[in-house]
Amino acid sequence: MLTKRRLGAQGGSLILPFAIVLATFTTRAMLNQLTISELTARLAKREVTAREAVQACLDQIQRVDGRIRAFLSYDAADALAQADTADQALAGGATHAEKPLLGVPIAIKDVIAVQGQPLNCASKILGKFVSPYDATAIEKLKAAGAVVFGRLNMDEFAMGSSTENSAFQVTCNPWDTARIPGGSSGGSAAAVAADECIASLGSDTGGSVRQPAALCGCVGLKPTYGRVSRFGLVAYASSLDQIGCFAKDTRDAATVLGAIAGHDSRDSTSVPQPVPNYAALTGDIKGLKLGLPKEYLVGGLDPEVKQAIEAAVQQLAKLGAEIVDVSLPHTDYAVATYYIIATAEASANLARFDGIRYGARVDGADPTELYCRTRGAGFGAEVKRRIILGTYVLSSGYYDAYYLRAQKVRTLIRQDFLQAFEQVDALVTPTTPTAAFKIGEKADDPLQMYLADIFTISCNLVGNCGISVPCGFTQSPKLPIGLQVLGKPFGEETILRIAHAYEQSTPWHLKRPAL
Amino acid sequence: MVASEFDIKYVAHLARIALTPEEEQKLGTQLGHILGHIEKLKELDVSGVEPTAHAVPLMNVTRPDEVRPSLPHNEAMRNAPAQANGLFTVPRIVE
Repeated sequence: MLTKRRLGAQGGSLILPFAIVLATFTTRAMLNQLTISELTARLAKREVTAREAVQACLDQIQRVDGRIRAFLSYDAADALAQADTADQALAGGATHAEKPLLGVPIAIKDVIAVQGQPLNCASKILGKFVSPYDATAIEKLKAAGAVVFGRLNMDEFAMGSSTENSAFQVTCNPWDTARIPGGSSGGSAAAVAADECIASLGSDTGGSVRQPAALCGCVGLKPTYGRVSRFGLVAYASSLDQIGCFAKDTRDAATVLGAIAGHDSRDSTSVPQPVPNYAALTGDIKGLKLGLPKEYLVGGLDPEVKQAIEAAVQQLAKLGAEIVDVSLPHTDYAVATYYIIATAEASANLARFDGIRYGARVDGADPTELYCRTRGAGFGAEVKRRIILGTYVLSSGYYDAYYLRAQKVRTLIRQDFLQAFEQVDALVTPTTPTAAFKIGEKADDPLQMYLADIFTISCNLVGNCGISVPCGFTQSPKLPIGLQVLGKPFGEETILRIAHAYEQSTPWHLKRPAL
Repeated sequence: MVASEFDIKYVAHLARIALTPEEEQKLGTQLGHILGHIEKLKELDVSGVEPTAHAVPLMNVTRPDEVRPSLPHNEAMRNAPAQANGLFTVPRIVE
């Protein structure tokens, strides 16, 4: 009887529930596509709830992540509980002026510690590691009201440019699932590009935020060395690593940076500089001097990428910027310098993964055998390659020839940038020499993979800031191209201003892959 | 030093990484190519150039020496692969 009555009631008002379902579906389907500015505006007006926004992201993950594979894991119940807390805070009168990310779902690269969540660095060696504490950047995101969720795929220990070095899965580019999303923060870029989250965190040691952002068609910001605390970021190369963010537009990247930047006594390399209001973007770049490094527009640069960059430079000139030719004469030495310094530092940093205090262990008769077996079984090929290279360049007899020499060349590269920045406010370059390549294309040729990092690597050696913004597409297949803007140390306001002005006058950042 | 002198077995042992013979072969060849590229740095005259260890020159960073809460013992042990009586267990080191 009860069942019949229900059916009767439903049948009598068939059109109305259908309309409601449709409206709810449409709202939800759109919420995950919003920028932070759009979502927070709607949350503030109480048009939507944080729970709906989080649910929209979870629904999108359900719908597309089987194809994209950006997430290693996510805790839906925890994300929804955080959303409810945000909704309660909004109901209690909390504002986005106080908490700029209140109710905004942000996903995290699997190299940054989130209390109670797995932390694997996409490696087998960490076993079932669960973070006992939050990284400072995560504490700050939470303090700003963000809903922090998900573990995003990456190259193992952030070593790679394609996310193919993950021990768990290959992430696909949302624009063409036969292609790589870039790396090492490939999951972070793909998740934002596929609207599986509103923004994400990654880390950038030689381009690992800017390069995947370029290849997936979103915005990727690598702050100045020392701008964001690295406490809770698993170390790869400590003189180069920096936490960065991915977003759907420049203003969002500025908002996230504003939330995570600042001095932290738990990271002795974080710099005690005040944090300006990065999101105060004027859209005006009149009179700014932008340098075009001649060494970045030759060689293996794809003609379509070159064309897109030249068009972007013209656009910036049209907006009132003055374009100046500059030279960075030691560009050709950057990759070699990087692969000595980064691997040397990695060999020391990754010594901690010894199977004693945490992670997976393969037993042995004595400690040395235990270490060798644990590390032999736990690390993937690229990590082994880099640790062995790094061990070699630091080993007795070779230190001066390799490591010390690389540190001196690092000085020469730094001087190139100092001289260029005497003439200009920022540099404008391609982020990558080509658009996304095919999965497997470079997997057996690590040197070719390394050489493709040429435009992003110097920024880390020098410690400057950089941002990649979408600036067009290749014709066939249609793949995103990234424009890189490099700034002086602590010049984030300037590069954000340039990227924002460019974005306001072009449609590229609004394009979405068909999924 | 040239790439051909690179002894993969020796360096892998220094790095405490057990490699299979196939890995030794493959990694050895790939590292040879990478070292070949790195030789490029020898083209440059770096005499009189100071090395850069760090991009941001912060010196002697200190903080007040204050007692603060730290990770509780059980939390610090939570991810241990093998433990007994609140200690990490390891293979016998001394006879």
